[in-house]
Amino acid sequence: MSKISPSKGAPYARIMGVGGYRPTRVVPNEVILETIDSSDEWIRSRSGIASRHWASPEETVAAMSIEAAGKAIADAGVTPEQIDAVIVSTVSHFKQTPAIATEIAHGIGAGKPAAFDISAGCAGFGYGLTLAKGMIVDGSAGHVLVIGVERLSDLTDLTDRATAFLFGDGAGAVVVGPAKEPMMGPTVWGSEGDKAQTIRQTEPWTAYRDGGRPEKFPAIAQEGQSVFRWAVFEMAKVAQQALDAAGIGPADLDVFIPHQANMRIIDSMVKTLKLPESVTVARDVETTGNTSAASIPLAMERLLATGKAKSGDTALVIGFGAGLVYAATVVTLP
Amino acid sequence: MAATQEEIVAGLAEIVNEIAGIPVEDVQLDKSFTDDLDVDSLSMVEVVVAAEERFDVKIPDDDVKELKTVGDAADYIAKHQS
Ligand SMILES: CC(C)(COP(=O)(O)OP(=O)(O)OC[C@H]1O[C@@H](n2cnc3c(N)ncnc32)[C@H](O)[C@@H]1OP(=O)(O)O)[C@@H](O)C(=O)NCCC(=O)NCCS
Repeated sequence: MSKISPSKGAPYARIMGVGGYRPTRVVPNEVILETIDSSDEWIRSRSGIASRHWASPEETVAAMSIEAAGKAIADAGVTPEQIDAVIVSTVSHFKQTPAIATEIAHGIGAGKPAAFDISAGCAGFGYGLTLAKGMIVDGSAGHVLVIGVERLSDLTDLTDRATAFLFGDGAGAVVVGPAKEPMMGPTVWGSEGDKAQTIRQTEPWTAYRDGGRPEKFPAIAQEGQSVFRWAVFEMAKVAQQALDAAGIGPADLDVFIPHQANMRIIDSMVKTLKLPESVTVARDVETTGNTSAASIPLAMERLLATGKAKSGDTALVIGFGAGLVYAATVVTLP
Repeated sequence: MAATQEEIVAGLAEIVNEIAGIPVEDVQLDKSFTDDLDVDSLSMVEVVVAAEERFDVKIPDDDVKELKTVGDAADYIAKHQS
């Protein structure tokens, strides 16, 4: 057996910078009421959502990602050439191949980085973050761009009362790079495939080929109550496990950034985790809706931009959704 | 040991108080969760899970919709507790 040189990485990894892109068009609940029988009051009380952003035809998955990535790279104080890998998490890019990550990498002027897409629903950002950390510590990349991006308005059935008001569009990005001390805790992640049907695409794309056109364009459908129960009770446990794994008690925590699915889920998790008043909680869902993989970096960017959180703060992030899948970790904010 | 109906109602009252802030004495057998106690469909999920833990019962999602009143929930728990 020949001796193989080991790869040499950084001792630890950290999030160095964050950036976001929100589509120009703001869609208030009144617009949603044009297609479903509901009320502004009901939508606000059940979800906390008042408005969301929907992308225009020009605000493509790639265009939004390039905007968010440019900001994250500038915030990190690196150059596009220093990006060695681009990981894009999305479920709403409608071309199977090539991966949208390569177009985005080219679009930001990154040279020839490794580039690929992942599909992990609303946990996609945490999955990407975990891969990036491994790549930095392993030495296969010096800096990794992790992007969560969605155009969920393309996958929304506007006549479905259970989902029409929930989803929004946008892109969030971070640059992960080397660190001298631990600034990203262990990830607690997993999947529960026995619940694969609770959040799902209504029809496979091949329905268009086999047996003619489906009545409606495929959309995301869900069993709202089952998902709510799972999110509120099972995910609070996962969040606690991530705190424990990082050796962080609720009093050591500055910021809580859960996936922005529903304000009621966020409120309930805060209660179950017994987070003290001093912890800043991301409540971006009110004006952004659920943007799946983009929701955590978008919320992180806004908390930092508005001064509600600051660089160096200790944050618990948890993503959860279609799969069902989840990922939680404690990070130091950039 | 299985809880009596009285214990179940008292337990439900504490849970509803904790989740929706309704005074415990208002939680009576004939009260509807949504119409009288300000427990909407999502709070009801929280009530159900708290009740599952407290009374050692399983209340599947499909059965939750049938539990309209405090009495419905108390009967369900009495019947299903182990
Ligand atoms: C979608 C969600 C808000 C729906 O709330 P819900 O309480 O489960 O809604 P239900 O379908 O049980 O309906 C409850 C009542 O509201 C009514 N209702 C449902 N949708 C409505 C709407 N859009 N507007 C007004 N009323 C509505 C129903 O008719 C029902 O009324 P009834 O009790 O008189 O029959 C909620 O289930 C949810 O957010 N779940 C989590 C989903 C999620 O976040 N998924 C993504 C995770 S990544």
